[in-house]
Amino acid sequence: MHELSLIQALFDEVERVVAPHEGATIRAIHVRVGELAGVETELFRSAYDVCRVAGPLAAAELSLTVEPAVWRCSSCESEIARGSVLACDRCGGTPHLAQGGDIFLDRVEAEVQHV
Amino acid sequence: MCDVCGCGDTEHVSLEVHQSLLSDNDARAAHLRAHFREDGVTAINLMGSPGAGKTALLEATARALGARRRLVAVSGDLATTNDGERLARAGIPAETITTGSACHLEAKMIEHVLHGESLGPSIAASDFFFIENVGNLVCPAIYDLGQTANVVALSITEGVDKPLKYPVMFRHADLVVVTKMDLLPHLPGVSLDALRDALSRVMPAPQAIYLSTVDEQGMAAWVSWLLSLREKSLRSRPSEHRHVHPRP
Repeated sequence: MHELSLIQALFDEVERVVAPHEGATIRAIHVRVGELAGVETELFRSAYDVCRVAGPLAAAELSLTVEPAVWRCSSCESEIARGSVLACDRCGGTPHLAQGGDIFLDRVEAEVQHV
Repeated sequence: MCDVCGCGDTEHVSLEVHQSLLSDNDARAAHLRAHFREDGVTAINLMGSPGAGKTALLEATARALGARRRLVAVSGDLATTNDGERLARAGIPAETITTGSACHLEAKMIEHVLHGESLGPSIAASDFFFIENVGNLVCPAIYDLGQTANVVALSITEGVDKPLKYPVMFRHADLVVVTKMDLLPHLPGVSLDALRDALSRVMPAPQAIYLSTVDEQGMAAWVSWLLSLREKSLRSRPSEHRHVHPRP
């Protein structure tokens, strides 16, 4: 279950992002998970709920968006149909995964105090 | 709250980040890759299910290549040092990374071994450094270890639809080694065409070698693939610049 390891990376990243805003209360975090990122979203959610207790993310809702996998030809950029053989039927080029292969922290919402 | 300037009031802020959660691992992997390139080490991240035959493949590689090339290995396991000991008996200087509950290896674990006293110098002086990952067809796939190539061992007994069931692992593979091919005659329902078709739907440039460490079919192709990979990686090696970093 590498999701726990990713949660640790998430906490480190959030901490880095809010560090300039002293005393901020984190209200929500937005995470984008690629379909081929190798992340089980339910496990990720459970791991998040377990790990956030009593920490700086205790009041932060986790918003998870799944990003579909998109393969494109590396030569002509044509999209390869889902589930089909990974070869471009237009020009014969080799496809690459254009999206859906990674997991991102996109946004952090927080309340900060004016000083 | 202050009526004059609003100090003490709270404000809702939205902080845009767009940062990969694997960026720390990827940065460490880039560091490892720089070491491997500069030292002329061909690093293989060998992944696959428990029992796919990863250790047996490395033992057979030692028999086939050990006299001609310097081979070194680390082996990741949740518990026991069995695989590392098997590799050492096969003549490969090896160390075990016991991960405890972790189901995969991360770049920082390899960094620790590379910069360690016991195996670090042997790795730097090796031709091939094999990283036998934890037996698992899911978690190890997303962690870059600075390898020259990812190799996935898939035993023919596991079922030919495994690439479709575990696309993330196979997407990252530069080569699939289909092991235990000596058992194929005992598996009447298994079609190699179906396996090839499954691979072509998850790997953009599918490459597979079908072998057995028992009757040694395919071993020559595997050795030849390794040597050709090494030749290619040495050609792209930087000529003089060495990167500098603080030693841990």
